[in-house]
Amino acid sequence: MAIATATRMGPKTETTFRVLAPVAVGVIVLGVWQFLVTVVGVSDYLLPSPASIIEEFIQFWESILSASILTGTNALIGLVVGSLVGIALAAIAARWRAVDQMSAPVVASLAVIPIVALAPVLNSMYGADSQFGRQAIAALASFVPVFINTLRGFRQTAPVHRDLMKAYAASSGQVLRTLTLPTARPFMLTGIRIASSLAVISALVAEYFGGPRGGLGGLISTSAASSAYARAWAYVVASIALGLLFYLVTLGLERMLQRHAPQARRRP
Amino acid sequence: MSAAVEITGVDKTFDTRSGAVQALTGIDLTVEAGEFVSLIGPSGCGKSTLMRLIADLDEPTAGTVEVFGKGARQARLDQEYGIAFQSAGLLPWRTVAANVALPLELHGVASAARSTRVAELLDMVGLSDFADRYPDQLSGGMQQRVAIARALAEQPRLLLMDEPFGALDEMTREKMQSDLVRISAETGAAVVFVTHSIPEAVFLSDRVVVMSPRPGRIQEIVPMRLGAEAARAARTEELREERAFFDMVTAVREALHQGSPVGTAPRGLENR
Repeated sequence: MAIATATRMGPKTETTFRVLAPVAVGVIVLGVWQFLVTVVGVSDYLLPSPASIIEEFIQFWESILSASILTGTNALIGLVVGSLVGIALAAIAARWRAVDQMSAPVVASLAVIPIVALAPVLNSMYGADSQFGRQAIAALASFVPVFINTLRGFRQTAPVHRDLMKAYAASSGQVLRTLTLPTARPFMLTGIRIASSLAVISALVAEYFGGPRGGLGGLISTSAASSAYARAWAYVVASIALGLLFYLVTLGLERMLQRHAPQARRRP
Repeated sequence: MSAAVEITGVDKTFDTRSGAVQALTGIDLTVEAGEFVSLIGPSGCGKSTLMRLIADLDEPTAGTVEVFGKGARQARLDQEYGIAFQSAGLLPWRTVAANVALPLELHGVASAARSTRVAELLDMVGLSDFADRYPDQLSGGMQQRVAIARALAEQPRLLLMDEPFGALDEMTREKMQSDLVRISAETGAAVVFVTHSIPEAVFLSDRVVVMSPRPGRIQEIVPMRLGAEAARAARTEELREERAFFDMVTAVREALHQGSPVGTAPRGLENR
């Protein structure tokens, strides 16, 4: 019965449904949550109610905004630097096989470095008043997916296209511009999209381990430490919003740059 | 005037994990300017390899390949030939027009001259209405026509084609063959055409080079007397139904079987 209804839905109804369904789920969850706190009487210390979180959110709006900007800037710098380095090194590794073999273990170790391990080290290395450690961590976290995806993209050129370029006696610069980069572009953009979320998470988590206050991560830990749980949750909501913002902007970038490549439109 | 292609004593050996594989041995072949020559033979006879040697996409182990009196490498650097492969090999992120313009763009043709030439070429292959489409919006036959337009972009005196119609259905294939006969007559280019279809080779060619495998060598060169007096443009659809056409098909088949009675066709060959 449900399937029959679904197949009969027009494309417009389907879009509306796709937007409305998660909103409805969200509203129901918030309703149950509020109900648990106010009617059932779950303690505020265990679970602050949505209403109190919203209240805190509005009351501390200015601090939330400046904290988001601070953490967001660190994440953005990290993402940009990490992506640029990742793309550049991928280009070199694709060009010289020896570089690829030498870098493989280094990249593998970078991929498994826990942020918690690195953050205290960098914070003490670059001093307590520097944002550099956080930016470096965000850059490291961004570097890995961009490097891996871009390198894979550089290897996707079809043999027939390489033959064609050779037949045209194209210079290596021309091959890079007309064949290798356009082939790698969707892979590169996917890498950046994955890296965008990682950059925000890393920049935020790095704040838990000292350094200047004022970022979202620092404020979450400060609020929680002073038992202001609802306020801590309000900062968590802001972090989620920041992460989503990064993800959506990079997703939009990917869609925009792939607009002219019809085969990419079929991607989910 | 020097011949379009002059191949002398060419051997080609590939080093594989299981030892050296002799792909071609003792190849001598001359293709005159403006001549249409097909290379035909069963799978593994080295016909594609031979074409790749002419294009300087691979190098011969022994012997020389000359294109218009130059070494194959120099000829490639001088862009003496146009080339089309079995898969159209269009760049999927470029429109049809931008794909055809690619060689012109790479060789620094000015933008205005480029768009005039692209319009001419698309008109020649009958795809003017599709200039702004992307390759994956076209059928296989249309993509192959774009690839042929691209190969002709710089008015080469030699056209190299590696089974360009191999992946097309029979109807499209015959249409494309007629188009190719017309286009090659219009441009006067020499053509080296790799195929494994006997009727295709017979319909298109001035001479059919029959090759045999392991190691790849030239078995026999069969001159096509049909339309020998007539210009290439006279090879029309009616030709496919003439007696002379079937005689030539039989001649090529027998050459493939080394004169033995024609029974089963060698592997990898089509009789359609």
